[in-house]
Amino acid sequence: MTPALSLHNITCTFVSRDAPGARYTAVRDVTLAVAPGEFVSVVGPTGCGKSTLLNVAAGLLAPSAGSVHVFGEPLAGINTRAGYMFQSEALMPWRTALDNVIAGLQFRGVPDAEARRQGEEWLKRVGLGGFGDRYPHQLSGGMRKRTSLAQTLVLDPDIILMDEPFSALDIQTRQLMENEVLELWAAKRKAVLFITHDLDEAIAMSDRVVVLSAGPASHPIGEFTIDLPRPRDVAEVRVAPRFIELHKAIWGVLREEVLKGYEQQKRAA
Amino acid sequence: MLKYLKPSQKNLRFWQLGVLVAVFVVWHVLTKPGLVPPIFFDNDRQAAFFFGEPIKIFARIWDWFFGVRDIYGHLWVTLLETVLAFAIGTVAGLAVGMWLALSPLAAAILDPYIKALNSMPRVILAPIFAVWFGLGIASKVALGFTLVFFIVFFNVYQGVKEVSPTVLANARMLGASQRQLLRYVYLPSATSWVFSSLHTSVGLAFVGAVVGEYLGSARGVGYLILQAEGTFDINTVMAGILVLTAFALVLDWAVGSVERRLMKWQPRSGETEKL
Repeated sequence: MTPALSLHNITCTFVSRDAPGARYTAVRDVTLAVAPGEFVSVVGPTGCGKSTLLNVAAGLLAPSAGSVHVFGEPLAGINTRAGYMFQSEALMPWRTALDNVIAGLQFRGVPDAEARRQGEEWLKRVGLGGFGDRYPHQLSGGMRKRTSLAQTLVLDPDIILMDEPFSALDIQTRQLMENEVLELWAAKRKAVLFITHDLDEAIAMSDRVVVLSAGPASHPIGEFTIDLPRPRDVAEVRVAPRFIELHKAIWGVLREEVLKGYEQQKRAA
Repeated sequence: MLKYLKPSQKNLRFWQLGVLVAVFVVWHVLTKPGLVPPIFFDNDRQAAFFFGEPIKIFARIWDWFFGVRDIYGHLWVTLLETVLAFAIGTVAGLAVGMWLALSPLAAAILDPYIKALNSMPRVILAPIFAVWFGLGIASKVALGFTLVFFIVFFNVYQGVKEVSPTVLANARMLGASQRQLLRYVYLPSATSWVFSSLHTSVGLAFVGAVVGEYLGSARGVGYLILQAEGTFDINTVMAGILVLTAFALVLDWAVGSVERRLMKWQPRSGETEKL
């Protein structure tokens, strides 16, 4: 089967604008594929280039070398079949929640009435039925994330890219959101590439967890299939014996990289 | 009684008006011949000669608007010049600001020239504009334009530069084309900067119009002031200044009310209410 998203030998080297001699290779020779309907998480120590990989998959960043294929087609420019949930605030502050949700539909030229109908429906689905006329600054952090989720999913993308979307949320809100995302994903079965630094989150949600090495020049060093039964509840699955086993195995690989990354950052500082 | 007079949020307007009245009363007392003995001047008429008398100033304004009714033509010309300079300057500043912010290469090439043009004392251009565009409205609009343009331009430039990269990337991922990015992301994002510049530039549009009239014209409030100065009629000069100030305030208020409507998405602190 053609993978929904495949990265082949991706290398990203950044050149400093001020000092053209200074180069930084964030990721080197990364090959990664996500099958249609598969939920893949990428974990790795902080600063290892996880977001770089996601930006490459989204088409926001051109890799220095390597190729990206989307459903078999080589990617040029923005990945139009993908929806992207950003780590930081990405809502347009001058638009209400509803207007934010339907922004993508407007860009695609969907008639206003139809766009509004879909937008309202999605707001309800993420539990923000009565909040359509609020501006982002009037919403809590969790509500803004839900709005972002609705904004991404209303376009019904075939691939969903998520960059630590819940890292700014408190643990309770976070587990709620994780369950909501799993539920929505189970209903539609889209390919998901999920970036996180939280191993618990990665195991609880994914079909497969890929571990990246510490940067610079990070690359996958381990891949684990998560065979926990679905549907899962992210809070409950954490105490399952199989979860703990997997966690131990993956952490065994990850721990060294985390320490290595920490050492490197300490030396650089 | 005293409780109600204590300055607070509720009687703000009352106190604002009070300050105005107090200024005029002090002005009146100090300038009215014969009211206070001359301390600084040689005789009691000189204060009135140098500073004007509020009552005569108001009589002059009354005369302009309701007595002889001869100010309307002049006021119309000045307001037209101001509004034209303001509108053209704002639109041009917006367009050029957007363009340069979005094409870094053009901005890099033009950068020294824009800085040079901006730091040049542009009021000095007024006589040149009078030669180029004649003594009519056009030369005043041109002067006002040069003053308004740079303020709006720099603010738009800065505003577009400071668009959140995440919001921008998000809009691109949602499928916005280059034109849609301009219309739905850059423009709204720059509006708060634009409005802060508009408040400054309204005043400068007036400066452009009046200075232009002052340096050579046959109509306008600036022309009236110049005529009055020629005959040392300080009351008419003051009256002209007061009328201009009032209309500048009206224009500023108009900008402010548009701003409040367009910027209602901005967070304002202290939105809670004591129950």
